[in-house]
Amino acid sequence: MEPVLTRRVGKPDSRSIDTYLADGGYAAVRKVLTGGWTPAQVTEEVKKSGLRGRGGAGFPTGLKWTFIPKDTKGKPVYLLCNADESEPGTFKDRLLMEQDPHQLIEAMVVSSYAIQCRSAFIYIRGEFYLGARVLDEAVAEAYAKGYLGENILGSGYSLDITVHRGAGAYICGEETGLIESLEGKRGQPRIKPPFPAVSGVFASPTIVNNVETLCCVTHIINNGAEWFAKIGRNEKNTGPKLYCISGHVNRPGVYEAAMGLQLKDLIFGDAYARGMKGGRKVKAVIPGGASANMLTAAEIEDCPLDFDGVAAKGSMLGSAAIIVMNEDTCIVDAAQNLSKFFSHESCGQCTPCREGTPWLYKVLTRIEEGQGRMEDIDLLARICNQMANGMTICVFSDAAIAAPLSSVTKFRPEYEHHVTHGRCLAGGRSALVTA
Amino acid sequence: MSHTRYRVDAAGQARKFPPEAMARIEKILTRYPTKQAALLPVLWVAQETWGWISKEAAEEVARILGLPISHVDGVLTFYTMFNLRPVGRHLLQVCTSISCHLAGADGLVEHCSKRLGIGLEETTGDGKFTLVEVECIAGCDRAPSMMVNDRYYEPMDEARLDELLGRLARES
Repeated sequence: MEPVLTRRVGKPDSRSIDTYLADGGYAAVRKVLTGGWTPAQVTEEVKKSGLRGRGGAGFPTGLKWTFIPKDTKGKPVYLLCNADESEPGTFKDRLLMEQDPHQLIEAMVVSSYAIQCRSAFIYIRGEFYLGARVLDEAVAEAYAKGYLGENILGSGYSLDITVHRGAGAYICGEETGLIESLEGKRGQPRIKPPFPAVSGVFASPTIVNNVETLCCVTHIINNGAEWFAKIGRNEKNTGPKLYCISGHVNRPGVYEAAMGLQLKDLIFGDAYARGMKGGRKVKAVIPGGASANMLTAAEIEDCPLDFDGVAAKGSMLGSAAIIVMNEDTCIVDAAQNLSKFFSHESCGQCTPCREGTPWLYKVLTRIEEGQGRMEDIDLLARICNQMANGMTICVFSDAAIAAPLSSVTKFRPEYEHHVTHGRCLAGGRSALVTA
Repeated sequence: MSHTRYRVDAAGQARKFPPEAMARIEKILTRYPTKQAALLPVLWVAQETWGWISKEAAEEVARILGLPISHVDGVLTFYTMFNLRPVGRHLLQVCTSISCHLAGADGLVEHCSKRLGIGLEETTGDGKFTLVEVECIAGCDRAPSMMVNDRYYEPMDEARLDELLGRLARES
């Protein structure tokens, strides 16, 4: 597939508006704003394309937009671009923003028009200093050329975009956590309903969309919903997709392919990660970032990387962060590392999550360090079961149990070996083995 | 778990933003429908002005935005990137999340710690370096990844780290 979203990545001056305009940029804005499109027509086109959210949940984007009430009772509508990319293993939005900021800005103009938003925000994680600076400059260029601000291209439609930096908190990637944070508060997720489309930021109707999701909108408008819908494995999994692959592979990176790329092709294909480093075997793969269940080497056979393909394997596509672990990896060590992350990032509102995440970390550390008891293995599963499925305000807690529970279930002998021998089964990098 | 994260230190002197910082704050305020929404951006201005956010700086931000100090305090202690006490000129942030972990980030932290003679969240005696671990910074394809202040250095290994630390130490 010819790259769509990453077409300009790596090209000289890919950040400048002149490069973007020379490559046909802002055609979608021109088409929609001066071509007589109604906002409803834009939404309809996005709906027809089958575009589903690229941030992790895979919710249909056009459908989300229709949840904005017809009568907003005089309240403004807000579009928030979720650029808080923090899911361990994910690095695609960083690339899109640092390399091609106008692709995102153009998409935000078109999407804002569709939901009749006049003030949009890009909530970018604090660590992306460079991305924020690139976006700030690009937004200024877009204002100067008349693609942002008052009366865009003489259409009567006006839009402001503000780049808003976070300050280090994974939970602000959760849409209501992001909303709270944008309002100048601790980023603690809200109880839903009301959903953001009805009452979001500043108590107004709000749509939160991921960077990559929004970037797709420009291409849907330019090339048509049918073109977009034809890319991908089936009508429920459409469009181009960015895959982030990291871990023990020869060529980690961001690769663009049609939605539904086979996981084994991504790992072993010449156009992608080119196989395992040192020719080692695959032990486990996390297919959708730290929040997704691990897959075993057997499970990666015939696993199309799309929402339904990975779900059929009992995991999720999430943010399409594929983390590959080789046969020398200590699974207990990996689970311990992942649980440390969630323990650190829990926002602390809900008891099962605030107490459960450090507890999991503590038990995993005990097992990893050779101090575990056999009953600890079942204890892990028991704690996990008390944390998930609606016990908490948001799904952070469900995400936090993915690695411990899936690894205990699928790699139980490794845990047992740790307990009985006080060390690792995998000759790999357990604390005790390397000490 | 470090509890220093939940305490905002005092600088012992009142803080007033210099005029250019105040001009930035005025501009920021025009972008948001509420003053409270400007809190994170204004705290960033404070950190860029003084390098860290003291109790007095937080009080000044609260005064400008008309917010209770308790609210500003709550926000400051929620986010990890606000420095609540002075940090070294070079803030070394080593990612230890899963992809960097698989690439040996723990060894990198240990190496850094030994070379500088400081533990995590500590600063060298000359005030040049502070060492911290951070969660995933989206540099997983160039693991292990680290940042020094606002710049990425990736992929990192012990030799590159030694070279970098040497270079930074020679900077005045």
